[in-house]
Amino acid sequence: MASEGVFIVLRTKTIKAESKSGCRASIRSSSSGEVLVLHLSGRWLISDARPGLDEVLVDVDFASLSTLCFECQDLDSWDTGLLIFVRACQELAEKHELRCHLQDLPEGVQNLIRLSHAVPSHKNSLEDKTRGWLTSLGERSLGALDGILNYFAFTGELILDLLAFVFGRAKVRKKDFFFIIQTTGPSAVPIVSLLSFLTGLIIAFIGVIQLQKFAADIYVADLVGLATTRELGAVMAGVIMAGRTGAAFAAQIGSMKVNEEIDALTTFGISPMQFLVLPRVIAMVLMMPLLCVCANFVSIAGGMVVAITISDVSVTQYINQIDYAVSTTDLAVGIFKSAVFGLIIAMAGCYRGLNCGKDATAVGLAATSAVVTSITWIVVADAIFAVLFHILGV
Amino acid sequence: MGNSSDIISVKGLKMAYDDYVVMNSLDFTVKRGEVKVIMGGSGCGKSTLLKHMVGLERGPEGEIFYDGELFNPNDNSGDVICRRFGVLFQGGALWSSMTVFENIALPLENYTQLSASDIRDIVEFKLSLVGLAGFGHRYPSELSGGMRKRASLARAIALDPQILFFDEPSAGLDPMSSRRLDDLILELRDALGATVVVVTHELASIFAIADSALFLDSETKSALCDGNPNDLIDDPSVDPKVRDFLKRGELTHKER
Repeated sequence: MASEGVFIVLRTKTIKAESKSGCRASIRSSSSGEVLVLHLSGRWLISDARPGLDEVLVDVDFASLSTLCFECQDLDSWDTGLLIFVRACQELAEKHELRCHLQDLPEGVQNLIRLSHAVPSHKNSLEDKTRGWLTSLGERSLGALDGILNYFAFTGELILDLLAFVFGRAKVRKKDFFFIIQTTGPSAVPIVSLLSFLTGLIIAFIGVIQLQKFAADIYVADLVGLATTRELGAVMAGVIMAGRTGAAFAAQIGSMKVNEEIDALTTFGISPMQFLVLPRVIAMVLMMPLLCVCANFVSIAGGMVVAITISDVSVTQYINQIDYAVSTTDLAVGIFKSAVFGLIIAMAGCYRGLNCGKDATAVGLAATSAVVTSITWIVVADAIFAVLFHILGV
Repeated sequence: MGNSSDIISVKGLKMAYDDYVVMNSLDFTVKRGEVKVIMGGSGCGKSTLLKHMVGLERGPEGEIFYDGELFNPNDNSGDVICRRFGVLFQGGALWSSMTVFENIALPLENYTQLSASDIRDIVEFKLSLVGLAGFGHRYPSELSGGMRKRASLARAIALDPQILFFDEPSAGLDPMSSRRLDDLILELRDALGATVVVVTHELASIFAIADSALFLDSETKSALCDGNPNDLIDDPSVDPKVRDFLKRGELTHKER
């Protein structure tokens, strides 16, 4: 089989190439003009090398030809490899206005080729995708503006739904609500505690080493107490919850969107905002302060471990100093901020989920952007609060 | 090990999800080059059987042989057997991050040494076979349900597989497309010598394409009969449940 070659016979010319499959072109004359005959031989499989149409017809003069046909006596076996060759021949024949006769091809080839022509090719109107940079810039700007307006619309709708809930006009399914409370609150306690404990440990460790130089070890309690209650407790809990729960909200609502579950809610007249977003937002705003309080206590405990082991501060001294340094206001500031962070996380997660695209990739993107949006806004909000509380003297 | 004309033989296959038994002890064979339809009511385990046959699920008991060779999906030999399969999933299962063209090109790029231009020709030909010529640049999310199904079929036949598994191929297709799909299935079988296993409950398709049909019954958890549906429908020795199914419930409907 391997010795078989491609012979290209054009009246007197012969060109030979090595291949398992073969194609020889010859030209016959008939009453209606000259006929180009392609003699196919050997195995025409996609796994083997096959002659290309260009090399077979390297110097055929199409002007005098009227018809293209095939001869397959020596054809051994075939699959899609032959089919794409025949298709290429048909396209060539069309280009040079030849009649293409398929009758001598195996019946299976004829049938499959016929089937492939049953539906005409779809002409896409979006072909002109080459847009200038200015157009792209404009479209992107408009897209960004749209995004901002959408976000405002979402916020407005949420406020209306919250009001409706407060006045008892919007109902939240109890079962869903308690399930979300469970996942956003108690289930998050272990990871929040672990990370807060370590944060307290780290702050105390850095602080104690510096403070020892001035023999002011005891002030490590002030450092840890103020840093965690005012800032770190809320921020740490916020960052953890953004990654843990914000992403989950976006992915869950996003998959519901992909599965048309959101559409199903809408057709029953159930507002996705009230059914999905409201319980999540309320649950987060309720649970975040609790997580923040938990983070505060665990952080302070972490600081205490360092204080009593590295320096000679006793447990009683440490607790007394914390009591002296940390006021109820400091605690309240942290708790208030954590509630706001909870709102930010829940809104970002739900917003990204509801505006998710229609496929698996879009769900991933929604989860990612939910986390990025929440963390960004947590930091921005924290900065605003810092300035605000300074001005207010809180 | 059965007849050499049997390409697939399933022996004593039990299918179960944990404690819930779907089917007890299935025995059947699929002959080379035949179109085998697996039919039965909703939830009787048709799709589950297909998943067992392609190795996505494993039953607690029973064995499946391909050409007399035991099929073990976790084994290297199982991978070799799997490469002879083309599978069309119920929902299409196109990879959503890739265009239709890339979806069909991926198996060709991975398992053949074809040049990029050959791959392009093959993908375009397969797309035209399923009536989707010119849609290669679209993403699956930009296609209708029926188009997604057909694109998925084009992907299933990309490598000219010897055994094709179709899970509800005509669900969600209009009658004309459904008919063309049946033609295509028969044509692929005739032209390429492929063996086809189809899970379906579309009666028109069953009568049009099936060489033999296996009826799964969820009450007895077993296969009730195996034969050509055109013979089964009028054979009084066949379980009335099967005949009733093939007659769209006319037998029980009259009694009411």
